[in-house]
Amino acid sequence: MEILRAPLRFVFDRTERLLGLVFPPHWNPMLNLGALGFFFFWIITVSGVYVYIFFDTGVTQAYDSVEYMTHDQWYAAGVMRSLHRYASDGLIVVMLLHIAREFALDRYRGVRWFSWVTGVPVLVMVYAAGITGYWLVWDRLAQYVAIVSTEWLDQLPIFGEPIARNFLSAATLESRFFTLMVFIHIAVPLIALILLWVHLQRVSRPNINPPRGLAIGTLASLLVLSLVHPALSQGPADLSKVVGPIGLDWFYLPLYPVLEHWPGTVTWGGAGALLLMFIAIPWLPPLRKPPVARVDLPNCNGCMRCFNDCPYNAIAMRERSDGLPFERQAVVEPSLCVSCGICAGACPTATPFRRASELVAGIDLPDMTVAELREEVETRCAFRKDEIRILVFGCDHGVSLRGIDGASVKSISLRCIGQLPPSFIDYVLSKRLVDGVVLTGCSENSCYARLGIEWTNERVARERDPMLRARVPRERIRVLWAGRAGRRKLEALLTQFAGDLASLPPGASAVHKPDTREPSKELVDG
Amino acid sequence: MVKVLQYAGQAVVYAAVAVLIGYFASRPLYQQFPDGQAQIKLSFAHGAARVRDCRRLTPQEIAKLPPNERRPNTCDRARVTVRVQLDLDGKIIYDADLPPTGLAGDGPARVYQKFAVPPGRHVLIARLRDGRDTAGFNYETRQEIELAPGQNLAVDFKSDVGGFIFQ
Repeated sequence: MEILRAPLRFVFDRTERLLGLVFPPHWNPMLNLGALGFFFFWIITVSGVYVYIFFDTGVTQAYDSVEYMTHDQWYAAGVMRSLHRYASDGLIVVMLLHIAREFALDRYRGVRWFSWVTGVPVLVMVYAAGITGYWLVWDRLAQYVAIVSTEWLDQLPIFGEPIARNFLSAATLESRFFTLMVFIHIAVPLIALILLWVHLQRVSRPNINPPRGLAIGTLASLLVLSLVHPALSQGPADLSKVVGPIGLDWFYLPLYPVLEHWPGTVTWGGAGALLLMFIAIPWLPPLRKPPVARVDLPNCNGCMRCFNDCPYNAIAMRERSDGLPFERQAVVEPSLCVSCGICAGACPTATPFRRASELVAGIDLPDMTVAELREEVETRCAFRKDEIRILVFGCDHGVSLRGIDGASVKSISLRCIGQLPPSFIDYVLSKRLVDGVVLTGCSENSCYARLGIEWTNERVARERDPMLRARVPRERIRVLWAGRAGRRKLEALLTQFAGDLASLPPGASAVHKPDTREPSKELVDG
Repeated sequence: MVKVLQYAGQAVVYAAVAVLIGYFASRPLYQQFPDGQAQIKLSFAHGAARVRDCRRLTPQEIAKLPPNERRPNTCDRARVTVRVQLDLDGKIIYDADLPPTGLAGDGPARVYQKFAVPPGRHVLIARLRDGRDTAGFNYETRQEIELAPGQNLAVDFKSDVGGFIFQ
């Protein structure tokens, strides 16, 4: 699978970087594909409701009612019809990109199988809704769609009478069929919406609304497209004639020419196999999961920081079970934990300053503990005294740190940058182990563990607990969210940072700021 | 200035996506059916005769049945296959035995076939056998037809209206 993922990842990385040249990080469309999908869904819903007011479901009236909307009321219903069409196409685009990107970034295996598998029926539903929508217009394209769809369904040996016979001639066509289609066209998206809700059940704080700027830009571009190139019907359906050249919607109907010409055993077999393969992908092969986070009750006071920060709702707060005088304790749900370590980064007991007692965090990764991290930091920080000393904290899914170490740079790769308790930055700077710290990882808004970057930014900016102490000189910290393709950016940043550090007065404590914040009792500083 | 350039760049991206969506929403055109040809579509669902006639049950057979299931006649469910033939200008373009549908073979035989034919004047003969005989046809309809390019002629069958219907 990595053979497939690597080139796709490369393409996504490049596209993301290219778009990053003109979009601010949080507006980057590549980083908001799921949210854009929801946005298109709402546009489709609103425009669909408006269009439905004027739509007539009769065999002979359907086409005329759509023509009325398109030409007589082009400024309102016509625009709404075009928005309905183009937002549906946009939904397909972002949905397919979303699937491909999650696949490329390996964000579909392990715990994430649930979101992947529940997304598959959504895909089917969206296609079904779109196809039935084309049917309703009852123009020549609708005639083609109706005939090919029913002929394909007739390949299944479950209908006593071929349902394609409904479209044999005008005499066999009934308005009731259109009423059924309208019902399906409305019911299917509603089911899709319920499935989308299920799709997000194991994701905390899902991003379902694009940033306002991106939403405005997207809506404006669809509006302009609707006015400049409105969606038009392709002549009334006429069952006494074969369908001549037609303009297919290649987003929804690319397989229709195949369905038309290939035998049913191949098309149904292929569709079934494809669907099964899609569902089975998270286990092809399964993700080798590192040990999940572990709670150490003597060090857990039930502060809920790990509970609040976990991106996968893998931590629950339960009634205390060990008799200690706290209300709650954290409990890890192993089937939901991705072992990202963000919980350890959030734990106030995970501070390297602790010397009086053994450094054991209230919650930690068993195979990469905070104590081991402190040891590694101290080992890695054996610099020559006359060099500018920079320590890079990165993550396994962001900029590659392989070979970055040199005389003045040392690096440590974490599971996720959110695994780093902010006190480590304070520790290495206040102990003068290094002159500067670089935090790097995935692209902004594209954190492999979803929220590691966001929480790190907020912790450093003192907006989220555990906060980086105010005394830490911010000019000795650099942050780079550049993703896998950001190696050159990191190298450039390191060069520039070394120069900046050289111009600062020696020693991290040179620019101390008073920490005006009342120290938390839960923080265990050494 | 940088901000203006960024907005301009965003506009270019939005425009490119809009052009992509606008174009592929209806282009390139797709030609489903060969130009200059006409089509004959044969489709019907028809229940053929039963494999065996219904027969009266003997008093002994009736007596053996549970009281609530006693009836005078018994009928096999299975039906014979339907044979259908389409002859265009003396040439057989379709000739098939259509088995009954259903797990017990008691459903209607069904067909849905399309034929691309040259436009113009033709003689079309449709034949169907739905009885237990193994030769000949129970229904035959001969019709002279004039097909225009792109025309779709539907050939249906309904025994209750006398056989084949050309629409």
